[in-house]
Amino acid sequence: MRYALPAALVVLALVPFALDSQFLVNLAMLTAVSAALGQAWNIAGGFGGLTSFGHAAFFGFGAYGAAILQTRYGVNPWLGLPLGALLGAVVGALVGWASFRAGLRGSYFALATLAIAEAFRILANSIDFTRAGLGILVPLRVDPANFQFADRRAPYALALALVALSVAVASWMTRSRFGAQLVAVRENEDAARALGVKVLRTKVLALSISGSLTALGGVLYTQTYLYIDPNIAFGLERSVEMLLVAMIGGAGTVLGPVLGAIVLHLVADTSRTLINMPGFAPMLYGVVLLLIVGFLPGGIARLRRA
Amino acid sequence: MLDLLLPSLLNGVLTGGVYVLLALGLTLIYGVLHIVNFAHGSLLMVAMFGAWLLATQAGIDPYYALPLMIAAMFAFGWLLYAGVIGRVSRGEDRSILLATLGVSIVLDNLALVLFTGDTRTIETPYSFDMVDLGVVSVPTAKLISFGFALALAAVLWAFMMLTDTGRAIRAVAREPDGARLVGIRPQRMFALAYGIGVACLGAAACLLLPSFYVSPGVGNVFVLLAFTIVVLGGMGSFAGAVVGGLLIGVTDSVGGLYLGESLGAICVPLVFIAVLLLKPTGLFGARA
Amino acid sequence: MSVGPTRRMIVAAGAATLAMPAILRAQPAAVKVGLIHPVTGALAYGGQLCRLGGQTAIEDINAAGGIKSMGGAKLDALLGDAQGRPDIGASLVDQMSEQGAAGFTGCFASPIALAATQAAAKYNLPFCIDSGLADSITARGLKNVFRLFPTASAITTDAMAALDAINKKAGSPAKTAIIVHEDGEFGTGTAKLLGAKLETIGIRLIETIPHATPTRDFSNIVLRIKAAKPDLVIPSDYNNEYVLLARTLVQQKVDLASIFSVAGGGFNLRFAKEQPTIAENIIDFNHWYNPRSPRAATFRKRFEDKGTVFSWELLFGYFAMRFLADAMERAGSADKEKVVEALSTSTFNDDLLTYGPTKIVDGQNQNAHATALQIQQGDIHVVYPEQYSDATVVFPRPKA
Repeated sequence: MRYALPAALVVLALVPFALDSQFLVNLAMLTAVSAALGQAWNIAGGFGGLTSFGHAAFFGFGAYGAAILQTRYGVNPWLGLPLGALLGAVVGALVGWASFRAGLRGSYFALATLAIAEAFRILANSIDFTRAGLGILVPLRVDPANFQFADRRAPYALALALVALSVAVASWMTRSRFGAQLVAVRENEDAARALGVKVLRTKVLALSISGSLTALGGVLYTQTYLYIDPNIAFGLERSVEMLLVAMIGGAGTVLGPVLGAIVLHLVADTSRTLINMPGFAPMLYGVVLLLIVGFLPGGIARLRRA
Repeated sequence: MLDLLLPSLLNGVLTGGVYVLLALGLTLIYGVLHIVNFAHGSLLMVAMFGAWLLATQAGIDPYYALPLMIAAMFAFGWLLYAGVIGRVSRGEDRSILLATLGVSIVLDNLALVLFTGDTRTIETPYSFDMVDLGVVSVPTAKLISFGFALALAAVLWAFMMLTDTGRAIRAVAREPDGARLVGIRPQRMFALAYGIGVACLGAAACLLLPSFYVSPGVGNVFVLLAFTIVVLGGMGSFAGAVVGGLLIGVTDSVGGLYLGESLGAICVPLVFIAVLLLKPTGLFGARA
Repeated sequence: MSVGPTRRMIVAAGAATLAMPAILRAQPAAVKVGLIHPVTGALAYGGQLCRLGGQTAIEDINAAGGIKSMGGAKLDALLGDAQGRPDIGASLVDQMSEQGAAGFTGCFASPIALAATQAAAKYNLPFCIDSGLADSITARGLKNVFRLFPTASAITTDAMAALDAINKKAGSPAKTAIIVHEDGEFGTGTAKLLGAKLETIGIRLIETIPHATPTRDFSNIVLRIKAAKPDLVIPSDYNNEYVLLARTLVQQKVDLASIFSVAGGGFNLRFAKEQPTIAENIIDFNHWYNPRSPRAATFRKRFEDKGTVFSWELLFGYFAMRFLADAMERAGSADKEKVVEALSTSTFNDDLLTYGPTKIVDGQNQNAHATALQIQQGDIHVVYPEQYSDATVVFPRPKA
């Protein structure tokens, strides 16, 4: 029984390949990207209790990194993946190092990350290097060698790979020494320190891994939609969505963010399709959020244990 | 540039007065409930639409509508906490955060359904009244809201320090279990504090309306700023909210002058990050 | 003698079927068209208006008998909310194309249009841009993308010509200008183009002031303007900041020959009515219906009856749909190849527009020209060019 849910999810993920529907593939793609990003957030926010409100910063570095590398330096966009991951890891480590060394936690850490993402948004919006508010339009040249695909199934497969990677990392967290240390830090920092856990290093590493995975999501976004601007890359909405997916699904669980992404997209997309009244669908989305918080505290994934 | 520095400083201080109004309620809510009220911006938007409706439909000037809006927003905030946020979250921190986020999504989009995304403004007989302060003339409306913000901060402080209810709220904030032992019901105090915090927005809305605009997204224009002020001042501190508000007003204004109004916007988050890294409890914060 | 039906009989029967009027044939299948706009989120205001414009066009077309060359086929709207997110805009294209959309209109904002048109290109489905001025939308070589309306560069070129004519006619009172713009894609792009062209019409650009969105207070900017004493302030802003800037200019009693905006986000009838003092005599270079068209009054009333204030976004939404429907009419089919072909050779012409016949080059109408508008006594009037104007321009504006 233990493997029933994961197996069902794998089958569900493969269904779009069999269907000749770009729409369903795209829907699956949006869900997969959400799941991967939610999972990336979960590595730091769930397992580590590092509630970030500014993960868009990492996403933005990945997205802009990929766009700038190819438009400004003519680098093959495939190289954007490792470079973006590296960029995300470095920024994650820096943000983590600066804020954890200053002893920020809880709401203070949340607001610090929010401000950092906002600072990057404003910067990207005003300097020429990022083409300021104009955003960057990646020239259309569909060619798999150029990381652009005619069929949505290709980026979907990549998004799935990213989900698989992030789930693997999350699953490693539940079994590895590092994961145990991180959870110990989340539960009681002083006790963890007394047991010999290097608290600062553990937290910085967690945020770095999380940032790296998030940046990969950004690279994938740029290559799929070929246009990026400061609001898309660094906007608060992105950070909030990542946090919601993880928290609703179940923060600190392996499958939570995946379930959270599926449920949120199901609600959002179905309601949008059914009722076409400006504002009505997102309003429903807010109501569902309240209901889940009210009746399923701890997220959907905890249902399995109950 | 130098000749503009003084006017810019003064403008910053006065604009900061409006920011103080928004931060007072937020800091009270944080001080008591220890949560970041994500719905703060949306509740400001609700209050502004309330004041706008009173002005356009009933012909009540926003300044006259002020007591009415304070009462209405208090009731709204109280009901919102007692009926939704407190009930849904059962007092758990993370759940409260999510609950306020949920409320904000619902309110923003409800406004969109009811009012569409239009920008609305009102013109009042005093819209163009100016007071000459020597180096610069400023809109009278801005001076009024500045004075009101300071007065409101003093009143809130006095209420929390000198009244029995205020003491009860503080007791619950510090020791919920101990307070329960002496017969104070924490959830009631939480609802009361939330109501008062939201009532501040009723005042802010009336003072802001004559010189600003209303749209379903108007809350987002201020919400990040209000968070910044509250943290800068020290979460839960009224004096901190006042000083923080004025500092941020000045930072925003002078930053815009020297870095340009585009890049200048970065000063607020930068100051914010610097405060957090160097003195995370803020200027007047008692504890982390 | 053969027993079976003769060749002649079959031909006759065929002719009879063809000749049979619509009564006997089933009503032709409706043609589905997708309307993609941000109707929630930060761009909701303009998105909702563009959508309403498109829906009204569909009502009008259907009421007038649908697509006649297709046996009176009715248009059926598929509505999509892109929420201000390009990725959702692209996803909607996929969704609607599977629901059988024969073409699209949208997307109010350029970033969404860029993503959505690219998604539609995979199916070669025709996409008619309503609002979304970025040149790159039609300039990047997608064969399925058409814009009846001008590009940002065309608008600024025309705007400068209009400003020049208005200024010269008044004896060139405007010699200097300051551009104030929001720092996003729209404002920055427009400001760059304007800055390059001002000198060519003999107006010296003193300064370009970009500002963030949102900007909560315009005191600093206005004090800078006041100190620099320009004759003109040229804002390129969205709705909210436009109102705040204009209000602060009046409050600080800045003495200007005029405020001349280009595609000013806040320049609309609601602004004219809610802020009569501030709005009076502001000039905006933008789209409006041709007031000299005999149908002008009914056209405007059409929207007012729906409880909305008339605005240029409605016009964009309306005629993007008309433009698409006209191509289907010419093609006699909703087949995408044929409609794309009909769009690229379109000569669409409507006297409610200030355009003349359409001429498409690489998806872009070369004959699209906006007009100079001015707020006078709470209403918006066309003041330039002469052939479309319904009021005389007030320039420079009278001293306060």
